[in-house]
Amino acid sequence: MSGPNTNYDPVEVSALDPANVDAAVQDAISAITAASSLDDLKAARIAHQGEKSPLALANREIGALPPSAKAEAGKRVGQARGRVGQALAARQAELEAERDERILVDERVDVTVPALRREPGSRHPIDLVAQRLVDAFVGMGWEVAEGPELESEWLNFDALNLGPDHPARQMQDTFFLDPVDSGLVLRTQTSPVQIRTMLEKEPPIYVVAPGKVFRTDDLDATHTPVFHQIECLAIDKGLTMAHLRGALDAFVRIMFGEETRTRVRANYFPFTEPSMETDFLCFACHGEETWGSAEPCRTCGGSGWIELGGSGMVNRKVLRTCGIDPDVYSGFAFGLGIERALQLRHGVQGMHDIVEGDVRFSQQFGMGV
Amino acid sequence: MRMPLSWLAEYTDLAPGVRGADVAASLVRVGLEEEDLHGGDITGPLVVGRVLSFELEPQKNGKTIRWCTVDVGRNGQMLAEGKHQEIVCGAHNFEVGDLVVCVLPGAVLPGGFEIAARKTYGHVSNGMICAEDEIGLGHDHEGIIVLSRLLGEEKAATLQPGDDAIALLGLGEETVETNVTPDRGYCFSVRGLAREYWHAQGSPEGGYRDPADVATPRHGAGGYAVELKDDSPIDGNEGCDRYVARIVRGIDPTRPSPAWMGKRLTQMGMRPISLAVDVTNYVMLAVGQPLHAFDVDTLSGSIVVRRARAGETLTTLDDVERTLSPEDLLITDGGEQALAIAGVMGGASSEVSDTTTDVLIEAAHFDPTTVARSSRRHRLITEASKRFERGVDPRVTAAAAQLAVDLLVEHGGGTVDDAVTDVDRTTDRTAYLLDVTEPARIVGVDYPRERVVGILRDLGCVVEESGEGTDETHVLVTPPSWRPDLVDAPDYAEEVARIDGYNNIPSITPTPSDGRGLTHGQKARRVVADALAGAGLTEVLSYPFVSEELADQLMLAADDDRRHAVRLANPLSEERPLLRTSILASLVDTLRRNVARGRKDVAIYELGLVFRPGGAVGTAPVPGVATRPDAETLEELYAAVPAQPRRAGMLATGQAEQAGWWGPGRAADWSDMVAAVQTVAAALAVPVVVANDPGHAPWHPGRCARISLADGTLVGHAGELHPKVVAALDLPARTVAAEFDVDVLVVASAEPVQARPFSTFPPAMTDIALLVASDVAAADVEAALRSGAGDWLESVVLFDVYEGERIESDHRSLAYRLTFRAPDRTLTTDEVNGFRDAAVASATSATGAVQR
Repeated sequence: MSGPNTNYDPVEVSALDPANVDAAVQDAISAITAASSLDDLKAARIAHQGEKSPLALANREIGALPPSAKAEAGKRVGQARGRVGQALAARQAELEAERDERILVDERVDVTVPALRREPGSRHPIDLVAQRLVDAFVGMGWEVAEGPELESEWLNFDALNLGPDHPARQMQDTFFLDPVDSGLVLRTQTSPVQIRTMLEKEPPIYVVAPGKVFRTDDLDATHTPVFHQIECLAIDKGLTMAHLRGALDAFVRIMFGEETRTRVRANYFPFTEPSMETDFLCFACHGEETWGSAEPCRTCGGSGWIELGGSGMVNRKVLRTCGIDPDVYSGFAFGLGIERALQLRHGVQGMHDIVEGDVRFSQQFGMGV
Repeated sequence: MRMPLSWLAEYTDLAPGVRGADVAASLVRVGLEEEDLHGGDITGPLVVGRVLSFELEPQKNGKTIRWCTVDVGRNGQMLAEGKHQEIVCGAHNFEVGDLVVCVLPGAVLPGGFEIAARKTYGHVSNGMICAEDEIGLGHDHEGIIVLSRLLGEEKAATLQPGDDAIALLGLGEETVETNVTPDRGYCFSVRGLAREYWHAQGSPEGGYRDPADVATPRHGAGGYAVELKDDSPIDGNEGCDRYVARIVRGIDPTRPSPAWMGKRLTQMGMRPISLAVDVTNYVMLAVGQPLHAFDVDTLSGSIVVRRARAGETLTTLDDVERTLSPEDLLITDGGEQALAIAGVMGGASSEVSDTTTDVLIEAAHFDPTTVARSSRRHRLITEASKRFERGVDPRVTAAAAQLAVDLLVEHGGGTVDDAVTDVDRTTDRTAYLLDVTEPARIVGVDYPRERVVGILRDLGCVVEESGEGTDETHVLVTPPSWRPDLVDAPDYAEEVARIDGYNNIPSITPTPSDGRGLTHGQKARRVVADALAGAGLTEVLSYPFVSEELADQLMLAADDDRRHAVRLANPLSEERPLLRTSILASLVDTLRRNVARGRKDVAIYELGLVFRPGGAVGTAPVPGVATRPDAETLEELYAAVPAQPRRAGMLATGQAEQAGWWGPGRAADWSDMVAAVQTVAAALAVPVVVANDPGHAPWHPGRCARISLADGTLVGHAGELHPKVVAALDLPARTVAAEFDVDVLVVASAEPVQARPFSTFPPAMTDIALLVASDVAAADVEAALRSGAGDWLESVVLFDVYEGERIESDHRSLAYRLTFRAPDRTLTTDEVNGFRDAAVASATSATGAVQR
């Protein structure tokens, strides 16, 4: 059938008959359209585009035609094969899209089932609060100073103008080492760090000193024998109480917001002269005096103000003890308890949660506050 | 220190309608912190009642209440029903017949607490029997007020049921309570507080009336003999530099104190006792001078003020026999019999009694340090000691005695001896040359000269504008006798600032210029803390106090340095007298607490200091403070402080990974702890080496990793705790732990990381399985592979460990994947095989490994 035939009449080759070609195309398109899966389509492709498909057979006949007939028949079959090819490609694309869509549906999971196989860890908020304050001060050009927790009595007391008869040196407040005459104590304040800094560094000095301190208090709602303080010390030429106020205001704003108002008043601390006490307006009751009323404000106790902590200009005696000339340099210092800042800023009710190490407490704070 | 407004009004002008809160606010402005407000906010009926009967009624909640019938006189609200007032009371500190304070329905207590008849504990309670705190009289809530105890039997005997208790207890007017700082001893008197209030009003001319401004007779012959014989003054200060003795004879001991005086003492928080005692207390509260009243009949010789002798004893007014120290200053009878510890407390023998008619009033000035030490030594904090140790005005002595004499004469019917004793060794204060521009330099407010001088004069200073050294900017200032705290320029600057107003100080943010940020160590420690939290551990804090038994419980060897712990002289608990030498020592308590609270899966860590004296604790020097200690002394001082390395400890128990829809969970094991330390090291880019350590307490000898730096420096240990330690410390079975030295990692990470170049050519991988004896550490095999594999080895991964039937007993099969990569080309299979064979050969010679 495919052999050369010199007497061949193209009109009589039925495979090339236009009607037959059209029918083959129609058959192919019906089969392609009917294909409901990629497998069906593959079968349709073999049947209608494969080597033994009607159009492929028709195509083969063209070679045997006389040259005058080849062009027209070639064009006819070529167009027919083109239409089938397009139909196949289009259907292929449709079916692949359907399949891809179906895969996405089939692969659906419930992503609301638990995903954490391991509980996330967390930091203790005492450190985080201290870091927050430290970072703000470091940003203003201050540096961080540190010192030992077990400290010499001289650095913890004497050098700070807390002479041997000062009440703070008595047994009821301070953990003394055995033997008592060792001259060593668990530091009762972070202030010895200030002394160490002044002994070791030349002014100007701008340091912030966070750390753990110890007092012989039993644990209750407001006391703990081990707690944390943060202190700032600045020694430079020309520093005044106005600079102290400026630093304190910065401190309060970092901790409790830009709008926080402060008031200052005289107080007494051996380490400073003049000394100053700073209160800030209670953020819970906004300064309304509620004491004596049936429900005094629980945050400030009713006075409308919250005591921040002591401060003042570093006592000249202290500067002299550290070898700093008080006629050339002046400075200020202030400090506060970090536990208290944590309680106020984060609404921590008592001291127990902060010190007991229950993981549920730390976990509320994550890795940063 | 308290102050009723009426008393304040005696010494200074009080605008009409001024409330206690206004006075408190004024005092805060000049640096006296408000402590509390009492009184003035009660509306009646608050009356005296007599308990007629009560029945005990146990309640379901375990309490027993008293169902009382109380006679409240004509105020009785149940009289129409023919009954006395019926009141439920929870307190038990009273008896039938006691006079108590009753608040009746219709009254309003402090805090706007309205009283109404209400049903409680099965009865209608027609009011309440009051405790001190409920009516703002004090802070006591231990029981209800029994008037015979509060006011004394004598006073109570004059009371009738139904009397108004508001007037009786002085609750009708407000009393301001302020906190007095140690530098303002003079404010422990209404005289001082009134002066400060006057300053807060701008010190208006004539607006302050000093109660001590009374005429006083001079020392004369014939007065009671007084000798001041301090032969060992403390710091060169004589124990007593002024002693005034006045005698009032013929006092009628049955005469009570006047009602107004008793009321004031009650308002001030003191109890009326007898006329002589009340007068001394009243004058002390008025002018700040503690007084003592001796019964003249009990004295036989002159009054000699001297230091105590070793072993001497005195029974004080509180009936405690006290052994005295040679530092105690005594008031003695004729130099022998001790009468009182000066400025602290009197003795029982010379106490005024209810038969005393002749009284010797002592008004003396004692050295603050002497009194402070005696007060602490004998644990006696009295109204007198509080004032003396803060400094009493040495010029108010005679006036105080005179005020007391006048009151005793007026109310006790006595007559005063004409002869007066006033031994006065006080010296005048010297003037200080003040630079009037100094307050501005210290405070930061530009005070003009006249403002500085004006304020100092208002404060009672003598300011001379002519004299030696004075000029345009310098004046001579002599502080008033009641201000021993005013010494140099900063003291005067504080006075100027506080009277001018601290709130006038501007706020200027200081601008340091050469901050270097956090140090490497400070940054590195944050990395450690964050890495541990990132590894799934929760940071906690623990107290560093540990028991003596802990070292044994942790199975520390006899020569382990961790047995050298610092001991506290005054621990909070005798059971925990030592400071921790490791973090784990105290962290175990935290783990146990979490488990006890019902948590099964716990992974915690703590970063902190441990205390490692390395032997006996030395002695730190105590240099003087006048100048900077010399370098040698400082060196000695620093060296005496025991080493306190910063360490991290970790503990975990329960599941490291939870069971869930994905399958079973995974229990925390030794490897989690090793991994956590490795995670931290990696976070700091510090390479570490892990080795088996069979001998490090408190770990399981077969499950303990020693982690060190490449140079062998110990970083720490990680693994499972020894089962005996777990049992001894009552921890969950298989608790795992790690502890490492943070400082070692900080130092090791200090140098900047130097980057290595890496190749972009394809890697070549080859797997090997090595048969090794079970006691060969995988880390050693890996090290040998690395040393033999050549320069182009990129990584060694142990991906399988097999022990079992298919291989020799006591052996393990370790399967490694070796990855090679050359910097400049793709490696050939032959080259890779060659490297592999060299690596295996190295492992074979180092560990006896045989390739399978």
